[in-house]
Amino acid sequence: MANVITDETIEYVGILSKLELDAAQKEQAKKDLEEMLDYIDQLGELDTDGVEPMSHVHPLCNRFREDVVTNGDDREHILANAPEEKDGTFVVPRTFD
Amino acid sequence: MGILDCTAVELGKKIQAGEVSVREAVEAVIEQIEQTEGTYHCYITWDKEGALRQADLIQKKIDAKELTGPLAGVPVAIKDNMTTEGMLTTCASKILGNFVPTYTAEAVRHLQEAGVVIIGKANMDEFAMGSTTETSAYGATKNPWNPEHVPGGSSGGSAAAVAAKECFFALGSDTGGSIRQPAAFCGVVGLKPTYGTVSRYGLIAYGSSLDQIGPLCKDVTDTAVVLETIAKADEKDSTSILRNDTNFTAALIEDVEGIKIGIPRDYFGEGLDPEVSAAVKKAADELRAHGAIVEEFDLSLVDYAIPAYYTIADAEASSNLERFDGIKYGYRTTEYEGLHNMYKKTRSEGFGEEVKRRIMLGSFVLSSGYYDAYYLKALKVKALIKQAFDDAFEKYDIILGPVAPTTAPKLGASLSDPLKMYLGDIYTISVNLAGLPGISVPCGVDSKGLPIGLQMIADCFNENVLIQAAYTYEKIREQLQERQG
Repeated sequence: MANVITDETIEYVGILSKLELDAAQKEQAKKDLEEMLDYIDQLGELDTDGVEPMSHVHPLCNRFREDVVTNGDDREHILANAPEEKDGTFVVPRTFD
Repeated sequence: MGILDCTAVELGKKIQAGEVSVREAVEAVIEQIEQTEGTYHCYITWDKEGALRQADLIQKKIDAKELTGPLAGVPVAIKDNMTTEGMLTTCASKILGNFVPTYTAEAVRHLQEAGVVIIGKANMDEFAMGSTTETSAYGATKNPWNPEHVPGGSSGGSAAAVAAKECFFALGSDTGGSIRQPAAFCGVVGLKPTYGTVSRYGLIAYGSSLDQIGPLCKDVTDTAVVLETIAKADEKDSTSILRNDTNFTAALIEDVEGIKIGIPRDYFGEGLDPEVSAAVKKAADELRAHGAIVEEFDLSLVDYAIPAYYTIADAEASSNLERFDGIKYGYRTTEYEGLHNMYKKTRSEGFGEEVKRRIMLGSFVLSSGYYDAYYLKALKVKALIKQAFDDAFEKYDIILGPVAPTTAPKLGASLSDPLKMYLGDIYTISVNLAGLPGISVPCGVDSKGLPIGLQMIADCFNENVLIQAAYTYEKIREQLQERQG
């Protein structure tokens, strides 16, 4: 079964991925996605009824610890990596008018 | 024998004995880098002054008998997806082009405690997504055996740096073969440990349920020593496992008598280069001649590993790479209108093509309406693949096969067809899905003069049998080569 990715779908994938694509990139992305999905579809040949999905290979459970701060104040170094900072905080573009 | 011809362990011994100073070792490596780096481009960042400063500090500790371990004073390369405090860490991406971490990855910290000298950060495929080191935003690495060919990937810079003697060993990471395949292409030894053995703290995540850090070395002895140094439980990584069997150097025993080795028939089908096939089968014959019990068997499900892998890895990647938003660190676009436009433009300009391709596929398979059909289905197939390995390890101690279908391809030959590049991962990828340990050891050279790798896979937590078999094979091959002069 050949997958067809519509303009709406690729638009939606762009929103989910937070990526901006121009017209040519959208066409390429549709083609790449269709090709990969056609390939992935072969998983459908396998009968997986009753199989538990395996998210983790080892039987691990959550390990809890006390909520105690162990790292020191590294604000200066952390902010040194920020594209923009002001008064010891990250600067983000205006989100509300 | 010059300093650069020593293995890491040989160099460490000479340093402890006072025959070579740490500074001499570092200067030898730097001289080599200055001569060959222009051709091979193994490093994204390397720091001559910093390395010499480390060398003097470490020498003092060695002289004071504070550092007595086998790796003290040994110069190493670290793949550029592991954080290093105060040293640029780019993940080979433009989006992290100016990122200087405030903390060091746990595995790297263990090496520092053992007294290694960090020379620099090795080149890689961007965010470890690729099989050739050509998706790096900082230019491709070349294969030291023939610079017209790729070194493999994604840990291509790490493998090439070891092969080019631009370090004595390196750390890499392996999500679908990214240690073992470049090790094979560059003629060095590479080991991917059991999932959970090495802390992922400070490893910039790609596919979190698959990623493991491991060593790339000149021989199996170095590999065991490095693994022993970095394999420690860590409460900062919730998937890290406390193991009491990490005395890996104890497994450096030359003996395969009675070890049961299974060779999957399904690994020798269509697409496998005849020269690779012949070299791997010859290695199996040599192990049989030394007392191993070698049989062929059907592993099954081999063809399904790649589609399951790319679904799971890309799903995890799409989530992991959400953090690159142009706010806390890294690149931010210059012109934008509002927050969401800033996110989109930053990410579109900051990520390369392969990374964007995988983020989009990952976002799609996790999206409402497709989650069950793709992501959940892949997790179920993963369970079946794990079961197939469990069945195989009921009968065998080791599964033996090729690392990759071919030797290193030429530069520029792989990226035009992503799906074809993905198919090259067929023998390595299922090991990550099942969380198993796997090792790549050199087993020959093809008619083009490029190295061939032999892969051995063991059940979870059985690195010891893997190291013993690989060590024995390495000795057998050394003896054969000596006899052939």
